[in-house]
Amino acid sequence: MALRHLLTKKPLATQPLGILGFRRVQTFSLPDLPYDYGALEPAISSEIMHLHHQKHHQTYITNYNKALEQLDDAMTKGDASTVVKLQSAIKFNGGGHVNHSIFWKNLAPIHEGGGEPPKGSLGWAIDNNFGSLEALIQKMNAEGAALQGSGWVWLGVDKELNRLIVETTGNQDPLVTKGPSLVPLLGIDVWEHAYYLQYKNVRPDYLKNIWKVMNWKYASEVYDKEFPES
Amino acid sequence: MSWSSCGSSSICSWSSISYVPHDPPSKLLKRRFTPSIAQPRWKPRRDYSHINRGVSKVFGYYGLKNPPYKLDALEPYLSRRTLEVHWGVHHRGYVEALNKQLEKNDTLYGCTMDELIKVSYNNGNPFIEFNNAAQEAGDMPTLGLLQQIEKDFGSFTNFKEKFIEAALTLFGSGWVWLVLKRDAKCLAIVKTSNAINPLVWNDIPIMSLDVWEHSYYLDYRNDKAKYVNNFMNHLVSWNAAAVRMVRAQAFVNLGEPKIPVA
Repeated sequence: MALRHLLTKKPLATQPLGILGFRRVQTFSLPDLPYDYGALEPAISSEIMHLHHQKHHQTYITNYNKALEQLDDAMTKGDASTVVKLQSAIKFNGGGHVNHSIFWKNLAPIHEGGGEPPKGSLGWAIDNNFGSLEALIQKMNAEGAALQGSGWVWLGVDKELNRLIVETTGNQDPLVTKGPSLVPLLGIDVWEHAYYLQYKNVRPDYLKNIWKVMNWKYASEVYDKEFPES
Repeated sequence: MSWSSCGSSSICSWSSISYVPHDPPSKLLKRRFTPSIAQPRWKPRRDYSHINRGVSKVFGYYGLKNPPYKLDALEPYLSRRTLEVHWGVHHRGYVEALNKQLEKNDTLYGCTMDELIKVSYNNGNPFIEFNNAAQEAGDMPTLGLLQQIEKDFGSFTNFKEKFIEAALTLFGSGWVWLVLKRDAKCLAIVKTSNAINPLVWNDIPIMSLDVWEHSYYLDYRNDKAKYVNNFMNHLVSWNAAAVRMVRAQAFVNLGEPKIPVA
């Protein structure tokens, strides 16, 4: 009977091996902040940055890794209902990781260019789509303040239509859930943990101040990568 | 929403309605009402507008009730600052927004709170929360409520575990409720997002927990688990829940009473 088992067993060589001979799921780890925790003061306090990065983002990553392992397990066993059940945890935690990774890059200290308005093709596209940078900021602040509960407000570009859009997503949904051709340029976290310790419930103040540390350079880079000619 | 439906008795009346026949909105007071669960609810005063020629409109607004305890009474589990902001700012904001909506929309006027919630679906509903946490709280429910919990969940410990699990697995902002389901005629734990109230599904809330971040962030930062555990062990007012259960039983038939066989 042992012989039959050996003959019918799937050969391990078809799957990439880890140290113990098991197929390993890619795990994620917390990316470093490209600046100090206190570098974004006074727009965002260092306590918030600390908690946001080391506690909240880390929790999303930990839970995402856990969910991926469970998913891998369920997929190997062919357990369809567990696979489907895990989707919401993956969307939430994975989305949280994706969104926050973009968020840290979206911010920059003032002495490193935070708050400087965009130039070049992105600046031109903003004027074309919204009239002016002020109009865009006003629109994003209005949508961010009006969002009920937890979520994000995004400035994105539609790859196919070559158009800038302002969108909101709920909870940790990434921008791509609003349209498969949408690419996020800037995202603002309007979950309460992103501003409560400093601004309490006055979300509009947080939205007004975060533009002072907005990293338009990063947004321009992403935009130019999508549309190299213009 | 017709006038005739507004005579129905409300299941839980949380807020006080005052009808002010003549005053224009600018003079309307936001009255502070003395807190007490035992005190009878405010009854609406008579509408005299039909006998007074000069009047064109009657306004009814909601007032913000004080929680039935001092703001620092829940220390060390919930700080005074948290209650000041949560009740004084967030809850007051909801009430004021509600009043503004009522000003604009005549058809909503005169409805009881439950009807309003059903009509507007995602209305602010923190009213119930401040009755949940009481000063002499924690411990366990007693008598009928405990029996029903044991019947529907197996044991109180099991219920507590399930409730905490629901609170920790809720994504985003929302509430966790212990409700009495009308159709199934049993107790159940329900999660709602943002400000949705189980009344919209015709279930009767018995107890609730706010898991929006603003309700625990100042005291617990990101440690939601500690907040939920402290709430279940030290803050939840089973007395208030028992009162609601008694009222709810007037609307839901939970079956024959157990008569002991001799």
